[in-house]
Amino acid sequence: MASDAAAVHSNSYETYLDYKGKHKGIFAWILSTDHKRIGILYMVALLSWFLVGMALGGLIRLELLTPGRTIVGPQTYNAFFTLHGVIMLFIFVIPGIPAVFGNFFLPIMIGAEDVAFPRINLLSWYLYIIGGILIILAIFLPGGAPDTGWTFYIPYSIRTSTNMIITLTAVFLLGFSSILTGLNFITTIHRLRAPGMDWFKMPLFSWALYATGWIQVIVTPIIGITLLLVIIERVFGVGIFDPALGGDPILFQHLFWIYSHPAVYIMAVPAMGVISEIIPTFSRRTIFGYKFIAYSSLAIALFGSLVWAHHMFAVGMSDSAEFIFSLLTFMVAIPSAIKVFNWTATLYKGSIQLDPPMLYSLAFIFLFSIGGLTGIIQGALSVDIHLTDTYFIVGHIHYVVFGTAGFGIFAALHYWLPKMIGKIYNMKTAKVAFWITFIGFNILYFPFFIMGWLGMPRRSYDYLPEYQVYHVISTVGSWIMISGILLMFYNLLKSVYTGKRVTERNLWGGETLEWTVPTPPPLTNFEKLPDVTVGPYEYKQNDIEVEEVK
Amino acid sequence: MSTQEHTAVAHLHRDDVRSRMGMWLFLFTELILFGGMFFLYAVYRFLHQADFHVAAKSMNILIGTVNTAILLTSSLTIALSIAALQNKKKILSLILQGITVIFGLLFLVNKYFEWSAEIHHGNYPGSPELISQSSGHILFFGLYYVMTGLHGLHVIIGMVVIMFMMRFTIKDVITPDHIVKLEAAGLYWHLVDIIWIFLFPLFYLIT
Ligand SMILES: [Cu+2]
Repeated sequence: MASDAAAVHSNSYETYLDYKGKHKGIFAWILSTDHKRIGILYMVALLSWFLVGMALGGLIRLELLTPGRTIVGPQTYNAFFTLHGVIMLFIFVIPGIPAVFGNFFLPIMIGAEDVAFPRINLLSWYLYIIGGILIILAIFLPGGAPDTGWTFYIPYSIRTSTNMIITLTAVFLLGFSSILTGLNFITTIHRLRAPGMDWFKMPLFSWALYATGWIQVIVTPIIGITLLLVIIERVFGVGIFDPALGGDPILFQHLFWIYSHPAVYIMAVPAMGVISEIIPTFSRRTIFGYKFIAYSSLAIALFGSLVWAHHMFAVGMSDSAEFIFSLLTFMVAIPSAIKVFNWTATLYKGSIQLDPPMLYSLAFIFLFSIGGLTGIIQGALSVDIHLTDTYFIVGHIHYVVFGTAGFGIFAALHYWLPKMIGKIYNMKTAKVAFWITFIGFNILYFPFFIMGWLGMPRRSYDYLPEYQVYHVISTVGSWIMISGILLMFYNLLKSVYTGKRVTERNLWGGETLEWTVPTPPPLTNFEKLPDVTVGPYEYKQNDIEVEEVK
Repeated sequence: MSTQEHTAVAHLHRDDVRSRMGMWLFLFTELILFGGMFFLYAVYRFLHQADFHVAAKSMNILIGTVNTAILLTSSLTIALSIAALQNKKKILSLILQGITVIFGLLFLVNKYFEWSAEIHHGNYPGSPELISQSSGHILFFGLYYVMTGLHGLHVIIGMVVIMFMMRFTIKDVITPDHIVKLEAAGLYWHLVDIIWIFLFPLFYLIT
């Protein structure tokens, strides 16, 4: 068809960025139900919040440079680590990859024109923004910033005079936003796949989002009701959690972790999906063990929902309960390791290109392995009694959450941002920024394991002089890592304004559908709806061995 | 679910299956939300069986039973309103939707009198009478107010939703061929009903 042929040439189509809708200026964005624009809206908000969270993290490290007071008092310090946790977890990594890259690429990757419920998609962005605004209010309104830690443990969270109700409402709304995203993606994947795109022809990123969607839908209501009950407890004093009235604070912890452990997978599984896209692309190989990776996402979602009480081994539970939760915790390692082995097997004999997305992905595997293995260490009952509430867990959470979800977002940014905006960043700067970030990361967080093992308690404002050497190393590491991240952000931001234009469809040689559409994508994604006949990652060269094995 | 012909047309046309699937997922999250509270109820009931038994005696079973009857009937009327519209009886459907809303209102009025009576007896969170009671007693009333209160909130939301559906029906946004919105509202109303079916025995009938 003539019209199809014309659309192949650049500038003969209208990109989603050029599209002029009913609204002008900023309203063309904040009233748009186009999944690509919503993805960009999320990206801008998320990365801005990330900078805030990072600044708070930097301030925490600075305060801990010396024992006693360094820059702020203890109350401010408590607010710092609370806000750092709340912002990084609930505002940055939990929406994270699904909200930004899932929104932008999921419909394209499965051959759809949009998500199942575009207007609900925009609604979830508004809930997200309102949640963020409430956090800002909680910081600056009289009463003071929340100081409970991101876990909001009872009874302190019903006793403290800081702005808890606003903070809890904010997290409640963020949870609602997360539920709507998950609901949208599940339905999208069920109903909007292109002709021929059956389940096992879907890219692994969509599988990851599908598993994540279910985790979001299943466990997020639990945190919703739990935080709502804390609010009610503060306002009316009903006694459900208040030990003074007969309530049980440990029940709060159970409900909190029933959500918050699976929440780790809401952060990590989409990042694993990103890695499963990038690794085959940059090693020119079919992904090894496609079905294993796909099913292991579901297995993680399942097992991960049954291990919450490993956060409570020192709290008080029956021995048999502790034993079961410890065993199940070990079992989560199986699907996680399946992924790591399959990625490594994909790399084997591939022609590997160390472009920035690949560097971040390899770093992901490295950091995830350390984070995962240190998780196993704490899953062992006797060891956990020694390690609980020390810096060991802080090191573990940063390797797992930042090392996977954070690096997953960085990898995705370098992989997909040029496709999203049609401009590419400076490769050399990106690689330099990567190495600074990666090295800084390890200098910053690895000492956490050592001082945790030696007994340094988490969240502590002050510490004994013997721990100072580790704190100093760590704080210096934070300076290195922050400079690396700032360089990366500068490089990416610069590419938005003055980056080299790219018009080729397939920037990296990827084999999934988003690389078959023009760059940047047109408003309705496809010139004509694709008819899918082959699976993803069907590379022609370097692939003979795998075919023979089958 | 590898039905390719379904997914193929989904982009281009209205897809009622998609809308229904979204609604069911949403109802599922609502069930889990209440599930968290049923979980708390189960634990506290287990720990304070005698107290719960005594506290439930002060509940007004008559009002509870009447409200159960009201909600069950309203579930019937909303289901009939869908059937009526499917049979192209628009006016009848509107009347039945209106009756559902009125039933919801009656439920809330009863609830208001019930709560007022309890509060009059000093059974409300933080009251001196309640604080002086055993912790099982306090927890029973804490759960009672929170769970029935949150359920009442859902009744209000359901009524507002159905009123919107009446508006849509009048304006022919909802027609016999485009009925999925009304169906979704009906599902929501059934959910409100089902949750009450569990609340009623747990608070009124355990004496
Ligand atoms: Cu956990």
